Amino acid sequence: MSETSLPAGPATGALKKFNIDTVENAEATPDVELPWAELGLKQNEFDDVVKVLGRRPTGAELAMYSVMWSEHCSYKSSKNHLRQFGEKVTPEMKKDMLVGIGENAGVTNLGDGWAVTFKIESHNSPSFVEPYQGAATGIGGIVRDIISMGARPVAVMDPLRFGAIDHPDTARVMHGAVAGIGGYGNSLGLPNIGGEMVFDPIYQGNPLVNALAVGVMRHEDIRLANASGLGNKVVLFGARTGGDGIGGASVLASESFDSTKPSKRPAVQVGDPFAEKVLIECCLELFKGSLVEGIQDLGAAGISCATSELASNGDGGMEVELTSVLLRDPSLTPGEILMSESQERMMAVVSPENVAAFESVMDKWAVEYSWLGEVTDTGRLIIKWEGEVIVDVDPRTVAHDGPVYDRPYARPEWQDALQADHFTGSVQDAARPATSEELKAAVLELIASPNMCSKDWITNQYDRYVGGNTAQAFPDDAGVIRVDEETGLGVALATDANGRYTYLDPYHGAQLALSEAYRNVATTGAIPMAVSDCLNFGSPENPDVMWQLAESIRGLSDACQVLGIPVTGGNVSLYNQTGSIPIHPSPVVAVLGKFDDVARRTPSGWKEDGQAIYLLGTTAAEMDGSEWANMRGHLGGLPPAVDLSRERELGEILINASRDGMIDSAHDLSEGGLAAALVESSLRFNTGARVALGEVSARDGVDTFTILFAETQGRAIVAVPRSEEVRFNDMCTARRFPLSRIGVVDAAGAALDIQGLFTAELDELREAHEGTLPKYFG
Amino acid sequence: MTETPLIGGAVQTPVDSRLAGARIGVVTFPGTLDDRDAARAVRVSGATAVELWHGDSSLSDVDAVIIPGGFSYGDYLRAGAISRFAPLMGKIVDAATSNAKLPVLGICNGFQILTEAHLLPGSMIKNDHLLFLCRDQVLRVENNTSSWTNAYALGEEITVPLKNQDGQYIADEKTLDALEAEGRVAFRYVGSNPNGSRRDIAGITNAAGNVVGLMPHPEHAVEHGYGPAHTGTDGRGFFTSVLNTLLGDK
Repeated sequence: MSETSLPAGPATGALKKFNIDTVENAEATPDVELPWAELGLKQNEFDDVVKVLGRRPTGAELAMYSVMWSEHCSYKSSKNHLRQFGEKVTPEMKKDMLVGIGENAGVTNLGDGWAVTFKIESHNSPSFVEPYQGAATGIGGIVRDIISMGARPVAVMDPLRFGAIDHPDTARVMHGAVAGIGGYGNSLGLPNIGGEMVFDPIYQGNPLVNALAVGVMRHEDIRLANASGLGNKVVLFGARTGGDGIGGASVLASESFDSTKPSKRPAVQVGDPFAEKVLIECCLELFKGSLVEGIQDLGAAGISCATSELASNGDGGMEVELTSVLLRDPSLTPGEILMSESQERMMAVVSPENVAAFESVMDKWAVEYSWLGEVTDTGRLIIKWEGEVIVDVDPRTVAHDGPVYDRPYARPEWQDALQADHFTGSVQDAARPATSEELKAAVLELIASPNMCSKDWITNQYDRYVGGNTAQAFPDDAGVIRVDEETGLGVALATDANGRYTYLDPYHGAQLALSEAYRNVATTGAIPMAVSDCLNFGSPENPDVMWQLAESIRGLSDACQVLGIPVTGGNVSLYNQTGSIPIHPSPVVAVLGKFDDVARRTPSGWKEDGQAIYLLGTTAAEMDGSEWANMRGHLGGLPPAVDLSRERELGEILINASRDGMIDSAHDLSEGGLAAALVESSLRFNTGARVALGEVSARDGVDTFTILFAETQGRAIVAVPRSEEVRFNDMCTARRFPLSRIGVVDAAGAALDIQGLFTAELDELREAHEGTLPKYFG
Repeated sequence: MTETPLIGGAVQTPVDSRLAGARIGVVTFPGTLDDRDAARAVRVSGATAVELWHGDSSLSDVDAVIIPGGFSYGDYLRAGAISRFAPLMGKIVDAATSNAKLPVLGICNGFQILTEAHLLPGSMIKNDHLLFLCRDQVLRVENNTSSWTNAYALGEEITVPLKNQDGQYIADEKTLDALEAEGRVAFRYVGSNPNGSRRDIAGITNAAGNVVGLMPHPEHAVEHGYGPAHTGTDGRGFFTSVLNTLLGDK
């Protein structure tokens, strides 16, 4: 945006750098035309601003309201639906929740005085425009949210969704985003412990780059974003403020991409991971010395957001002098300074007696800071420019009382036809593999397919070791991080989503995402405790999309209640579409679980010769929306049935078995079904297995193809030591949970042998599994 | 069948009061990442870890120094190029080159800093494939007489994590020939060369054997369950080596 787009006040002489639009000037010139539309505000929203203020806003105020009332910052389209996450929380679910939705990130009690905070966010639009910086600053932003809670960040994860693997633009986005995540995350010293990688043409013009960060702290270190205490000082520290990302939240995140519009590149922020790393250590030292009363990171909407949220959450007001902000670009106007999304900045409230100690911490880490003003008791947020008032607002009206829309939504007309179009019997299902040769070829094709292939090429670009607490990372089902070295207390994290399932049925699709993440965490042996979600959808102004969003939120909140784990935070990303084509509804769900001792965690592959392999759960002919159907170009029908109580039972079995040493490996069955799980468990530690499927096939009444490729939920395969078999069987039988002994680990064989069907050498499987990404991107 | 614990129990700390008396400093620069890990490895070996700050003007009476991995000063300008001017680096260079022969280990970014400080020859450039690479790496021990490698057997193969973007070791042919002739190549990569390093060199030592630098990370292979393939503790030898040296056992 050019500075001329903001209103000019009366020229008051050559000494002034700008013609400043003061509150006084706004009152005197009520009829000045303001560029509210260019800043993304709608007519009714601008009218509301005028009503709230009782006059026209100044240029600076307009800048603040426009970013803070944007979809990205205000959740105006989703707020009415998101309420369910709070309303459906039972007292039981709340018992371990120390901080809930609304703060920078939720906080969950881990016991022994430890707490954990985690959150997942989107950085989709910037990552399409400028993949490296978009993805890098996505990590930076979520990490600062975690620091703002008083926690030390300990790990990151990144669920990614790109366009077709063979589309020329996919390589651009993929290389940039992966390098950005690695370049930034690796430099922060945060192990990257998991995530997802999905290719689908629906994300071609709108990739999804989500980022999760997790941090740990002692209970007494929890910090909140509020400015309280009359006379306390307000300080901005970290990187200088520049012209990057101006209007990013309002311009980028709320607009869908259209090739006819000019390049949006200037609205993407640029990251400096070194500055962020220093900021992390500096903040932790501030927390250790109890030197800050309140703290807030600067992300979307920059200083506008930080000042208004701190003041709104506090008990008084705030007054700051904007010319005190240290600038990287001295030509910035007041409005631009307020909107700038320059990275690696934090704002804190410091009591006068701690000012000197605060400054010495800054000096130690060579971090720049400037004192902007102080907490007042006026209830107003006053921002001055060389002493003249350019913002005088009630901070609540900026930060919390933005517009809320009840957008119209309706089940799309096409939904019934879509759900009636089943894979079984479709044209694409014409040549279903049946012979031994065909089934072997199908398994090799599956594990080499873009979504099921090994992601090593990506994950090898991330540091999974730094910190020395990584007990498990990809390709295991969930990442596992030790929190307390003495006791082994730790956490497990998994993120999952299946856009195809959610497209077929948004209510159940969202529940399936939660089911899978829950199952992945339980598979490692951790007890699921909390949920964070990143809701990636198209335009809320499209009633079809709005219905998908409403249904997904309803489904997710209902499922959380059944599973007994609360949503503690997250983010909504709307307008993810190309032209009028929205992405598949993609609610990415992160589940966090707890270990009393991470030494008991279960990896996803077997390695001990002779251990028995059991399949837990039963298999139905559920092929709709599956990877197999996707590989054959079919998308229709109904996703696999959701059975949350079954998931809970399976989870309890896996957790107990892990705790009591009954299983040495466990892998959940999800995309790619049993075929994918058997191959992955064999390749994990390069140890083969002999498997027979005749018995389960007969029990479940489905053919071998279905046993191998169906995506029925609530299933897992485990490896059980001989000495534990009786105990394990008894436990499952007592719980009436179906299980079948389908094979045995065969270390000498170096092959996956599906008896009566085919034998695939591990080398052959590995070549197929690991060859795909290097072929396209290496 | 034996039931091996998947991760293993708590790390056994050697009960030897002589070890705890050994003070090993771990230097933190702005942007250092693996300092806590190096300190943990020191503790696991039974010695006492001492935090050192790059701006310190004293070595705090430490018996040895580890310069850990990370991205000091963001690797801006060139990896290690700014850090080597830190006040503490002057002290380290003096102590390492004096008669005291202070044992110094540079890991990853620490190795880069040691070359910038001219304690070790050569330099590191971007990996030949231009990507950051994190993987479990097999190394062959080629020198078992230095302060940091004497606990290993000559020719022993160890697996430790490798993780870097600027890990390609280069030096002129004359220097490389001299390193090999003098037995100063401490470790070589086994299997495929991960980054294009000249003559598969992963780590080297100075002529006196008290200064060792390498790109892979032994401090990430000291605890069962948190190292390569979740089992490896092959990196412990570095820390027992320096204790051998300090206690006069070797």
